[in-house]
Amino acid sequence: MSTQLIQVDIVIPTHTKYLELIGNIGEQLVNKLDGYDGDKEALAYHLNLVLTEATANAIKHAPDQSQGTDTIRISICIDDNQLNIKVFDHGQGFDLEAVPLPDFDQPKESGMGLFLIKKLMDSVCYTKTPQHNVLEICKTL
Amino acid sequence: MNITIEKRDGISLLNIGEERIDAHNSQQLKEFLLQQLEQGDKQLVVQLEKVRFMDSSGLGALLVGHKNALLKSGDLKLANMQPQVLSMFELTRLNRVFEIYANADEALAAAQ
Repeated sequence: MSTQLIQVDIVIPTHTKYLELIGNIGEQLVNKLDGYDGDKEALAYHLNLVLTEATANAIKHAPDQSQGTDTIRISICIDDNQLNIKVFDHGQGFDLEAVPLPDFDQPKESGMGLFLIKKLMDSVCYTKTPQHNVLEICKTL
Repeated sequence: MNITIEKRDGISLLNIGEERIDAHNSQQLKEFLLQQLEQGDKQLVVQLEKVRFMDSSGLGALLVGHKNALLKSGDLKLANMQPQVLSMFELTRLNRVFEIYANADEALAAAQ
């Protein structure tokens, strides 16, 4: 199996009304994949979810989320069977390693988003630089 | 948020009319559930047939409704879940927390 290069870069204001757009782009990308012989329906849902969770997380940590004047850049690249997602934000950032696993015996309202991303993808890392923060998510297709 | 309510034998059947529940509308779902409980509707069955996508904030909203129903000696059951949405409950093990039924009739029978 071999996938052709697809790259999509999107910049959106920090507002949750754009989550559906971002998630749907992920689903549509999977539907256009040639040469993927796995469960396309499941992959489309997972990509929708991962993009939604990662973008919602960036919006949550944005410096002025109520105003929606800041922007988030989302880059999705599929090449040589590798899916790579980068979400760039300008917020204060967070420590990925310090995010605890959900308590499955006493579940809470929040704190499941990053767990789902980690569960569905192969690797997740978060880098802070003076210019921006980057959440990078990878998966072999 | 598009939600309709049907009363059957003292149980409120909530039909969620949205295809997608994410961080943009999950707060509305949570507030709606809490409002129903506050108004005295303690037995809720949430029908999710039309919901084809739910993120962690949607799961969280239902969880808050479930916990608050229990606090009021009530109950919140789920029914008609799409397979991909059900898989989110399984991944987060919330399928062990909620009572999930194949359809509304089964949920209503269990609630009697």
